[in-house]
Amino acid sequence: MIYLDYQATTPLAPEAREAMLPWLAGPEADGFANPHSPHRAGRAAAAAIEVARDQVAALLPPGGRVIFTSGATEALNLAIIGSGRSRLAVSAIEHAAVLDTARFVDHGVTLLSVDDEGLVSPDAKLPEGANLVSVMQVNNEIGTIQPVAAIADRAHAAGALFLCDAVQGAGKIAAPANADMIALSAHKLYGPKGIGALWVRDGIDLQPLIHGGGQEQGLRSGTLSPALCAGFGAAAALCTSLGESDARHVEMLWTRARGLFAEWTLNGSETARWHGNLNIRRDGLDVARLLSECRTVAFSAGSACASGSGRPSHVLRALGLSDKQARTAIRIGFGRYTGVDELEEAAAAINAAAGSQGV
Amino acid sequence: MTFGPLYLDHAATTPLLPQAREAMLEGFRLWANPSSPHKAGRAARAALEDARARLKIALGWDGEVIFASGASEALALAIRYAKAGPLVVSAVEHDAVLRAAGPEAVRLAVSPDGLVDLETLSSGLAAIQQVNSETGVIQPIEAIAGQVRSHGGVLLVDAAQGVGKLSLPDADMIALSAHKFGGPIGIGALLVRDYALLDAPGGQERGYRGGTENLPGVLGMVAALEAGNGWMVDAARLRALLEAGVVASGGDVIAAGTPRISTIGGYRMPGKSANAQLIRFDGMGIAVSAGSACSSGSLKASHVLTAMGVDAPGEVIRVSIGRETSEVDIERFLAAWREIAGKVAA
Repeated sequence: MIYLDYQATTPLAPEAREAMLPWLAGPEADGFANPHSPHRAGRAAAAAIEVARDQVAALLPPGGRVIFTSGATEALNLAIIGSGRSRLAVSAIEHAAVLDTARFVDHGVTLLSVDDEGLVSPDAKLPEGANLVSVMQVNNEIGTIQPVAAIADRAHAAGALFLCDAVQGAGKIAAPANADMIALSAHKLYGPKGIGALWVRDGIDLQPLIHGGGQEQGLRSGTLSPALCAGFGAAAALCTSLGESDARHVEMLWTRARGLFAEWTLNGSETARWHGNLNIRRDGLDVARLLSECRTVAFSAGSACASGSGRPSHVLRALGLSDKQARTAIRIGFGRYTGVDELEEAAAAINAAAGSQGV
Repeated sequence: MTFGPLYLDHAATTPLLPQAREAMLEGFRLWANPSSPHKAGRAARAALEDARARLKIALGWDGEVIFASGASEALALAIRYAKAGPLVVSAVEHDAVLRAAGPEAVRLAVSPDGLVDLETLSSGLAAIQQVNSETGVIQPIEAIAGQVRSHGGVLLVDAAQGVGKLSLPDADMIALSAHKFGGPIGIGALLVRDYALLDAPGGQERGYRGGTENLPGVLGMVAALEAGNGWMVDAARLRALLEAGVVASGGDVIAAGTPRISTIGGYRMPGKSANAQLIRFDGMGIAVSAGSACSSGSLKASHVLTAMGVDAPGEVIRVSIGRETSEVDIERFLAAWREIAGKVAA
């Protein structure tokens, strides 16, 4: 199978897997300890978590702290609900983890529109009284890179906090230095599932959602998994050390992919975009049929979470596409472990299947 | 004579079982997103749903299973989204319940034997633990469930210390944590008799818990549960040995006459602070604790022991044994205990 769905999840880096194994120990070794226990084994586990925390922090701006969570969904919930803010403005193309949580907190949440390139305006007008603004760094469906630094400035000028869902950008492009809170997920940057983080700028007051043992400075209770933290840390460290080669590789794949899918229309900006995301459409295409006819290729029609819902993508609709057009799009995602030969083979299969539909 | 480390802190966390580790390694190979509709995603989804079915069989549970990152999250989810009336909790619950409940929740007192006072139960959501993490005391959940239901209430049981060791309690919602029974840290579940008991915040797990599922964790958890609890027979024998030794050298057993799980015990060494004991035990390579792992390091007295009215709670340590604990381990612990208590020449 050729895996081209890097926005849904990424393969676990072998290095991340290796980093986890010592912490998945039985009684023969110390690696199973509870990192919150004060005895020797517990202290060693706690030390490993702090190493991982530093590795994750290296992807993030200075002047804040990394709070480990079970993933980005929890991190975003913690940021939005825990901030206690009640008047929200979020982009219309946020992930459901932001949109649903924002609506939960503020039924009248303002949706910041995007243009036909899938970009929020850097001069977006914020509603009167907004006290929390959330815009994602890289969109998960179309890969567009939002002008988050400029929007963060506007949010601050209006007296609001700025939250950035950096799930798709973290480890690939620099985090917005002026955000107040940033959410990350390990499994989108070649780390394990079940862990993520919320970065919180120093001085920002949050209330926890999960109470208990008071771990993570009281912001997130629950025994931390040294294995998951170590895997996340190792994956983050790799993103740092391989940053340049990863970026070159993706650029090469992008150029090739654009040529292979030249007959298709690109959804979203070509330039303000993470080039590991190719979201394309073809008028009249039956995507469900295409997906079922290309069983050797793993790609998607939008986000994994929304798949199966039957609803047209809220992101593509926000670009101004009709429901009908939005239903003709596919998302091809690639990254560190994608070979150009795989891309070529997949393109041949997808183009042949699309061609057989006569579109 | 030199010794390796001796781990007697299984209530804090347990060693990962080899079969759980193997299952996780398989899970790492199934790394696709279980919500993706392609073949790789469907394979991950199939493994997840198979694990859910196996979990229900292993537990003997015919209700719903919502996977979460652990018991703290499962409890927070239950308390936040339960459609039941006012919250009632016991005074000896874990902080995950007490802090989620907040100061407005009714707190049920416990008697000196550690058992919840049933007289004061009323309607609404009652959160009562199955097994106390510091004393091992087992609450009479069947009787409590009867009381709660007779008032039209809903019973949430924190079974973090009981699952995988005792039978599943009779409750409407049950929280569990894999790493307390040989599974990995970072995964747990909320069992729900009926989804109708909860509001759905949206997302995965049928809308009851958003976030990409941690499949390796789920597989590890189920494999650990399937390893069974046959070893509890040994645990009972070892614990009797342990307590006879503690009492013989002047120690007190907390809630000695109350039904307690064989794996957890609280012991007072008169005249020696728990912190001083811990430093000595740690120096001898023995990992025990003073109360729960989360609260260790804080100097405040255990809320559990205080609620029970235990004398000198600051002199009580927790010893918790596990599947791999042996008689030699118990003898070694008792020798250390006697040395620290000054009952033998060092």
